[in-house]
Amino acid sequence: MNWWAEPTLPAWWKGIFSGMPKKPQIALYWCSSCGGCEESVVDLAEDLSVVASKVDIVFWPVALDWKHEDLKAIADGQLAAVLINGAVRMGEQETMVRLLRKKSQLVFAHGACAHLGGVVGLANLFSRQDLLDRAYRQVPSVFNPQGVAPETTEVSSEEMLELSSFQDRVKPLDQVVEVDYYIPGCPPTPALIRNALMLLLENRLPPKGSVLADTKALCHTCPRIDSRPAVLRVERFKRLYEVQWDPDRCFLAQDIICLGPATRGGCEGRCISGNMPCRGCFGPTENVKDQGAKSVSLLASMLDGADEKTVKKAVATIPDLVGLLYRYSVASSILRGRLSGKT
Amino acid sequence: MCAMIEGLKPFEPNIIGFLCHWCSYEGADAAGRARLIHPANLKAVRVMCSGRVDPQFVLDAFQKGADGVLILGCHPGDCHYKEGNIMAMKRFAILKEMIRQWGIEQERLRLDWISAGEQEKFVRVVAEMTEQVRALGPLKRVDRTLASGRVGSAHR
Repeated sequence: MNWWAEPTLPAWWKGIFSGMPKKPQIALYWCSSCGGCEESVVDLAEDLSVVASKVDIVFWPVALDWKHEDLKAIADGQLAAVLINGAVRMGEQETMVRLLRKKSQLVFAHGACAHLGGVVGLANLFSRQDLLDRAYRQVPSVFNPQGVAPETTEVSSEEMLELSSFQDRVKPLDQVVEVDYYIPGCPPTPALIRNALMLLLENRLPPKGSVLADTKALCHTCPRIDSRPAVLRVERFKRLYEVQWDPDRCFLAQDIICLGPATRGGCEGRCISGNMPCRGCFGPTENVKDQGAKSVSLLASMLDGADEKTVKKAVATIPDLVGLLYRYSVASSILRGRLSGKT
Repeated sequence: MCAMIEGLKPFEPNIIGFLCHWCSYEGADAAGRARLIHPANLKAVRVMCSGRVDPQFVLDAFQKGADGVLILGCHPGDCHYKEGNIMAMKRFAILKEMIRQWGIEQERLRLDWISAGEQEKFVRVVAEMTEQVRALGPLKRVDRTLASGRVGSAHR
């Protein structure tokens, strides 16, 4: 028998090589996003070390050097969970997201872009061609005499890299793969991320498909709720630059559009505390499909007058309806993007 | 071959109408009793009040194949629930502005008032709407496969 044979070695020695007490493995990935969601993980601050002591983060392109091949090599379902932020626009993102879905038992849509399409989803109001023309030809600062634009045709030379395809539409994560849970927000608060990880580690996860935040509208937890009148009557909506707004009074009572009543709560009223009205990044409340459509009802309920002329005048004071009411949810709305009809 | 025949068939607009129970649906009924003839393009959905028409219903109709959407309610002041129709008018005013940005022509959405006794007006409005939408042609949708349902979870 060789001297290194197993039975002669102490138990701790074995532990070093064959895996210490097994910690669940998780991964983090980003698609079309601004990096704010990654930042929200870092914002866990001291809690990050607590998290790191309970899970192994094996794949996190923004922080760890693990490659596509490494991910491919692990067993299917080996990861306990993956947090994916950003919407899906590029072909490569779609491939990676599908791969991560295969390797992970649970998929969390992390942040507004993965949840609803996010701000990047506003691109669905334009066609792919419009976007490319704008970015590569029309912008005044662009100098592009050869008309170079991204191509996905294979390039045979070894020095050239093949680009990922730029797809027709921006999609939230659940239009590409099955999503188990949603962590909403642009970005989610550290408290929500901590909560999601704790639910995972303690095996207390709610039914599949849940959004891990409040179920009711933001107003229920708004610090200014007491100053919200029961009936609102607005003749014309005001934009922030037009008024000196009161930092303690409900925005709606000041004729400033705030989407709090049509938006899921759970954000701790961060914008409100910063004296800015809600723009809806937590998405629709439970059982609402289309946040913007509900916001139409919200604004309609506030309009003063009972004749079409007065109402029309008030409506004219709302700028960029889709951009305002669907700022984070164009890609996940009922229509999902602009239809190609004339206007 | 089928596609060719399909292409030769004249376009028949698909119009979804939300009719309030107390006035407009009665008006439509009265048109039927009076044997008045109107285009068969309208698919009527009875709702208790025009104020019940959630903007989601309208967008859903457009997404699922409607070329036009008609909302019919009681005349202002006649609403069975006092001001449900005023609510509908306010929503409609915003919605009509908004659908332009989605690439839907404003003429594809119409709100009108029809009382229980106005069977002639009902026939006229339906005929007008049908012709208007016929002139616009079918509502183009960018990608039907993408628009059909989600891959992901049961609800959000």
